[in-house]
Amino acid sequence: MTIIQKFSRVLIGIAISSLCVSVTYAEAPDTEKMWEIIQQQQKMIEQLQQKLEATEQKAAVTEQKVEETAEEIEAAAEAIEVAQASGTAQSFIDKTSVGGYGELHYNSKDGDDSIDFHRFVLYFGHEFNENIRFFSELELEHAFLSDSGSSNGEVELEQAWIEMDINDSHRIRAGVDVLPIGIINLTHEPNTFYGVERNEVEKRIIPTTWWEAGVGLNGELAPGWNYDVRLHSGLSTTSSIRSGRQKVAKANADHPATTASLRYTGIPGLEVGGAFNYQSDITAGATTASNSATLFEGHIDWKHNSGFGLRALYAQWDLDTQLSIAGDDTQYGYYIEPAYRFSLTVIPGEFGVFARWSELDYGDTKEEERIGVGFNYWPVEEVAFKFDYSIVDDTDANTTSNSFNLGLGYQF
Amino acid sequence: MVRNISYLLILSILLFSFNAYAKGIYLKPAKFIAEVFDNDPPKAKKIWVKKELKAGIKSILGHDLAAIRIRYWDDGSKTAWILEEIGRDKLITVGFVVKEKKIAQVNVLIFRESRGWEIKYPFFTDQFKQATLVENNKLDRKIDGISGATLSVNALTRLAQLALYLDSQVNKKLN
Repeated sequence: MTIIQKFSRVLIGIAISSLCVSVTYAEAPDTEKMWEIIQQQQKMIEQLQQKLEATEQKAAVTEQKVEETAEEIEAAAEAIEVAQASGTAQSFIDKTSVGGYGELHYNSKDGDDSIDFHRFVLYFGHEFNENIRFFSELELEHAFLSDSGSSNGEVELEQAWIEMDINDSHRIRAGVDVLPIGIINLTHEPNTFYGVERNEVEKRIIPTTWWEAGVGLNGELAPGWNYDVRLHSGLSTTSSIRSGRQKVAKANADHPATTASLRYTGIPGLEVGGAFNYQSDITAGATTASNSATLFEGHIDWKHNSGFGLRALYAQWDLDTQLSIAGDDTQYGYYIEPAYRFSLTVIPGEFGVFARWSELDYGDTKEEERIGVGFNYWPVEEVAFKFDYSIVDDTDANTTSNSFNLGLGYQF
Repeated sequence: MVRNISYLLILSILLFSFNAYAKGIYLKPAKFIAEVFDNDPPKAKKIWVKKELKAGIKSILGHDLAAIRIRYWDDGSKTAWILEEIGRDKLITVGFVVKEKKIAQVNVLIFRESRGWEIKYPFFTDQFKQATLVENNKLDRKIDGISGATLSVNALTRLAQLALYLDSQVNKKLN
């Protein structure tokens, strides 16, 4: 290699190096520019930091507000609940109850047909406080009451009593009240029994519906054992027992009576009960010699969850002496009523079929044997459509009669 | 005889008058919860009565519930509920324990009605044990009634249905 060639290579190398340096210098900012960029970036970082801090602050405030809102909702809910609770305790409406029942009957007996709104009943009750309450039952019978008294209608006050709790298990009750004898006398809403009309045994012998004015104790002696003891106004009759009901209408109160009952309901679906009534003078002074009388009644009412049911009752009066004819110093009656209740998938509600065998002797040459069958249909528990067919054999008169009845009853 | 019974009545009233105590509370709700969870109850939870739940409750009770939420206790294996419903005139307060979709325990806590107090006894409440819901939120069994206390029995039956329904709703929510 010549000296010229070497020199040329050196020159080319220098030229390339110079070019590279000049290119680098052309792309990199200068120090001032660099400082400006750094300042801008710093500003941006500060702005982002401020934004981040603001967002965090907002999140904290939101969280606090959520907590406050939750507390406010909690407080509002509690306030509503307290208001609801106190409103329930203080409201007159909530302390006052209204209820009732009614029954429309179509009766056909040996070709004679009649239709009758037999009973229209309203209940009113009121709680004076937790321990003292009032209850009443006002009844219109046979729908119409004329001024002249020519109609069949009657207005009856069957219950109007005040009850006070002595403690958790015992109460004192005073006023007008149905007597705790039998099954129907206490629970007589039409949807609670079979048959359009109330059964003749309880109607003639007990005599349902029987109410008197008086005072008594009722309550619970042990689990399932319920008692009722009363001192009350008495019957006044010289003919039939049923006609002796004075209905607490300016009633003779010279000859008081007493009732005691005991019921066992310690097995669900079962009630076994008995009652005793004593009349110091069943004639209420109408005869020169007083005529004391006693009534004993026993019953069973069983509704098994299989649908099977059984009611049976026996009641008997024993009087010191006869009332109107020889032999009426003993009057009695009994019935047995098996039943079966069921539902059908295609029809809402429930059906029940029953049969009833009864025999009674209630004086005035009234000895009867009765056989009845029928059914109830309950579209809901409180409403019942009823049908029954009865054959009555009057063993005294040696006659037989047939009847069928249709009924509609409700309770609310 | 009438005079003797009069004396007996008056004597009984005097005797019982000295024995008065708080009426109708058989077991305080707090004590019921404590007993159910062996004195270590979990913190009460609340289920809000929103649209769907409201409709379900109404289909069981036949009326809206007078509450905007219902408290319950849940330890993971069972739920406990304290529910109220009117029998004839007054509220009946009942405690229920539901385990694996079945009624495990029923206690009538407060009963204020003047008739039908038999429903507080185990001979009646035992009928609900192991009861579960079937179609239309009905119980899988018939409950035998108490004579003269049909409305109270019906109220307790509705509450049993409600306890099972509410239990199913809170478990559905968890799943």
